[in-house]
Amino acid sequence: MKNLIRKLVEVTGPSGYESLIRDCVKEEVEGLVDEVCVDNLGNLIVRKGNKAKNGLRIMVAAHMDEIGMMVSHVDEQGFVRFMPIGGLNAKVCLGSRVRFLNGEPGVIGSEPAAGGSKALTFEQLYIDLGWDGQGDPPVKVGDVGVFEGGMLEMGARIVSKALDDRISVAVLIETLQRLDADKVQSPHEIYFVFSVQEEVGLRGANTAAFGIEPDLGLAVDVTRTGDTPKDLKMEVSLGNGPAIKVRDQRMISDPRVVKWMVESAQKAHLPFQLEVLERGTTDAGAIQLSRAGVPAGCLSIPCRYLHTPSEMVDYRDVQNSVALMIELLKDPIVLSEF
Amino acid sequence: MLENDFMQVNNDQIVMLERLCNACAVSGDEGEVRSIVLEQVQPVADEVSVDPMGNVLAKRYGAGERRMRVMVAAHMDEVGLMLTNDEGDGVFRFETVGGIAAQQLPAKEMSIGSDHIPGIVGAVPIHLTSLSERQKDIPLDNMRIDVGTENAGKVKIGDRAVFATKFHQQGNSISAKAIDDRIGVAILLRLFTNPPPNIDLFAAFTVQEEVGLRGARVAAFALDPDLAVALDCTPANDLPGWDEGEDQWAKNTRYNTRLGEGAAIYVADRGTLSDPRLVSHFVKIAEETGISYQFRQPGGGATDAGAIHTQRSGIPSISVSVPARHIHTAVAIARISDWENTQKLIFHSLTGITRDSLNRNG
Amino acid sequence: MEDKFIFLKSLISTSGLSGYETPVRKQVSSAWEPLADELKTSRLGSLHGLRKGSGDEPRESILLAAHMDAIGLMVTGKVEGFLRVTEMGGIDGRVLPGQAVTVHGREELNGTIALPPNHLLPSHLHGKAVPLEYLLVDVGLPPSEVEEKIRVGDLVSFAQPPIELGKDILAGHSLDNRASVAALTFCLNNLQGRAFEWDVWAAATVQEEETFGGAYTSAFELTPKLAVAIDVTHGAGPGTKEHKTVPFGKGPALGWGPNIHPALHEAFKTVAGRFEIPHILEALPRHSGTDAFAMQVAAAGIPTMVISIPLRYMHTPVEMVVLKDITRTARLLAEFIVELDDQFMQKLAWDTE
Repeated sequence: MKNLIRKLVEVTGPSGYESLIRDCVKEEVEGLVDEVCVDNLGNLIVRKGNKAKNGLRIMVAAHMDEIGMMVSHVDEQGFVRFMPIGGLNAKVCLGSRVRFLNGEPGVIGSEPAAGGSKALTFEQLYIDLGWDGQGDPPVKVGDVGVFEGGMLEMGARIVSKALDDRISVAVLIETLQRLDADKVQSPHEIYFVFSVQEEVGLRGANTAAFGIEPDLGLAVDVTRTGDTPKDLKMEVSLGNGPAIKVRDQRMISDPRVVKWMVESAQKAHLPFQLEVLERGTTDAGAIQLSRAGVPAGCLSIPCRYLHTPSEMVDYRDVQNSVALMIELLKDPIVLSEF
Repeated sequence: MLENDFMQVNNDQIVMLERLCNACAVSGDEGEVRSIVLEQVQPVADEVSVDPMGNVLAKRYGAGERRMRVMVAAHMDEVGLMLTNDEGDGVFRFETVGGIAAQQLPAKEMSIGSDHIPGIVGAVPIHLTSLSERQKDIPLDNMRIDVGTENAGKVKIGDRAVFATKFHQQGNSISAKAIDDRIGVAILLRLFTNPPPNIDLFAAFTVQEEVGLRGARVAAFALDPDLAVALDCTPANDLPGWDEGEDQWAKNTRYNTRLGEGAAIYVADRGTLSDPRLVSHFVKIAEETGISYQFRQPGGGATDAGAIHTQRSGIPSISVSVPARHIHTAVAIARISDWENTQKLIFHSLTGITRDSLNRNG
Repeated sequence: MEDKFIFLKSLISTSGLSGYETPVRKQVSSAWEPLADELKTSRLGSLHGLRKGSGDEPRESILLAAHMDAIGLMVTGKVEGFLRVTEMGGIDGRVLPGQAVTVHGREELNGTIALPPNHLLPSHLHGKAVPLEYLLVDVGLPPSEVEEKIRVGDLVSFAQPPIELGKDILAGHSLDNRASVAALTFCLNNLQGRAFEWDVWAAATVQEEETFGGAYTSAFELTPKLAVAIDVTHGAGPGTKEHKTVPFGKGPALGWGPNIHPALHEAFKTVAGRFEIPHILEALPRHSGTDAFAMQVAAAGIPTMVISIPLRYMHTPVEMVVLKDITRTARLLAEFIVELDDQFMQKLAWDTE
């Protein structure tokens, strides 16, 4: 799976500009599914299986987009001003390398901090294109880019930009491959949604869910951890297994879905953690409120240094996430009484 | 090791403690608890009186020559509130009686007066506050007791109010208000009905401890004992501590006492340096009989011993307490095992205490 | 009046935090069983009760929504046998120290919220109000038992028992918004044996305190012509500024503002006047903070109204209501429904020339 992950994370695909990553994912999955389509916002929606009498229509979503930046001004020396796409944090930008959708590289520099204030703002940052001044500047207003950060392996840990949420995209692709290779006969009609524009407000998931009208929805995304010095007081840590989300800032997981996920993990003797996230949300929040409502939950992959060029996950958590996904999708699901 | 020890905490005692904790008896207004105490001691006392401040002084004489006259004190009063101004429509201003932190009062049900009229200390809804307001504690002066318009005529200025918490038992733990010091009262009542035969037991159910150890002072003067033991309830601040360096919860070294580690023997608090001979004696007895005990960390706070030991020509004194968490709040928590160990410790330490125990040469 | 009081007391004694409303839904369901022609549960757990009207089909319907979820806390971690918690719904941390709570773990456990003494807190908090993240829930059990019985994600609800302040005033937790659920129930009761044209959907919605998810999805599913949110609002009381509250005990508040269709407000006002039901105007200039906010923008949009019961000490465990305000609300809703005819929707046309 590591080669797949590397391939996915190194593609440039900020919110709204997901075509390269969509093509990449499409190539990986089209041979494995019964139907492939792309909706009006660009969500890649693939269907596997038909709904048997004891099956459900399930929507599983991982977002393809990553945070990034959009050019707002290019000056005569080629210093580029930009605005953030999604939850980009000004202070992690300083010194980072970027890659524009058109392939051009850049480096982020900053003016000295204004007055006595210590917090860095986007107004002080700029991207240096290393332009020699000949011809036209390599980028123009409206161009988009993302952090540059090739994948790095550190023992069991994987580091890269865009693990949020390409690692979940990898988990879903791997799940599809295993379901296919093991010829698993699931009773469910499963829509794997590689969604767009999650980072700017769960926009893709909204429209995908409206179109699919699922009986059950599951997002697969990354979540924060509480296991670094002076970090959030959170119980989730790297290496302790996939996290089953109980709630986050904008969503309360359906308790019946949480119970089903916990019991499935226990039955298959898979490690898992319970997650309560106080800041942040996922596609599941959008799926839950679609139309007349959808029972929804989220499988989270613990990740450090979110929204920086060097996000970090534990490969064993990723493998266990695939195992748990298969466990969840292969058998009939009976949600307990409300 | 003790066997078949009849000083175990039994169900009758738990029922009695519930009665005591649910009663309303703020410093200066201890009548409700005084009635319960008198009801229990009168049938077995050799002498009972209520002194001018309201202390109940009850005596049981032992047998033997040169026996010690031992005063054991437990205070009947609790911290609470007094209504001070009527603002109309059932809304009253109030002040605290004894040490209650203002942070413990908002959004609580209170019980007012001898009729236990319910009242609420409310709080401004969060929607009507700003972030900067919420970062400051609510001033006591802004708080009011609201009894509602219907019951406005049933309470008046001067009435006392206490937290309306109901007693609960959960396994080995009990939660209630006023565990400080109704648990001491419960132990003293039990001791009084099963006194060590070798001493004259002078039980002092004192008043106004929470506002300056005032009842114990005069009780000690009147009883003029050879030695005194204050039975109180002391904080168990055994919550996790905060490690500034690591910016997280960490081991706490200033816990005062810990729940579950037995009777708390005081060596020193702000009011008293316990008589070292008594400390050694109690510790020796605990070790010999296998009673679980701990030392209360030296530091602030005081018990009735603070007022007792300086009376007349001085009275050798020691304090022994049951640890409890969150005292002086609506819900305190104590362990029945700690209660039992304290009860056994006091009984066995006093059984067999002689004038030689107070020998300077130990 | 007495059994209404008893019903309200039992409603607030049932657990139902946002997302976990099953216990209170069951209770409301049994109360509505004899009062509704049909009872269903929505996909997110809201309870929908239908009273069919007698008009010709296709009949128009009105949706009356009262959220049944209440605020509380959730366990986020354990430290030495104590619990760290986060809020479910907006709670001012300053009302928490010393509060009795119930921890819904593998069994129900009594607990209290502990404010650690200053010397056990970081120095930057000395002299300031201690925020929720530094408070600890103490269930009085040794750490090994806490490990066994409680886990991250378990709910913690307030354990303050209901307080009767006379025969007409009740205080306790969850009166936001069980007071409205009671009003809705009394309205259904009032409609028993009476004739009316429109279908009436009573919805005890879920998750209002967190996402308005219940109202939004219920409105989408039921597609009513009119929707009324019944909620609570700030009643004047100690510590509040007069201009931010409505009088307490003087009748329901009729909302006015962008979340409310002005003609719908006028229609309710007329009914209140005709039946001499005391009422107050409440200015809601922006987000009404109620289910109406979500229902108004469901699917193709719905004309909405907000009717609120004045309540003191909102979002604390000692919220306070006057029972008369609840019964007045119920009566207003019932009389409005009885008057609805097939001409009503024309009254709602905007800006006629």
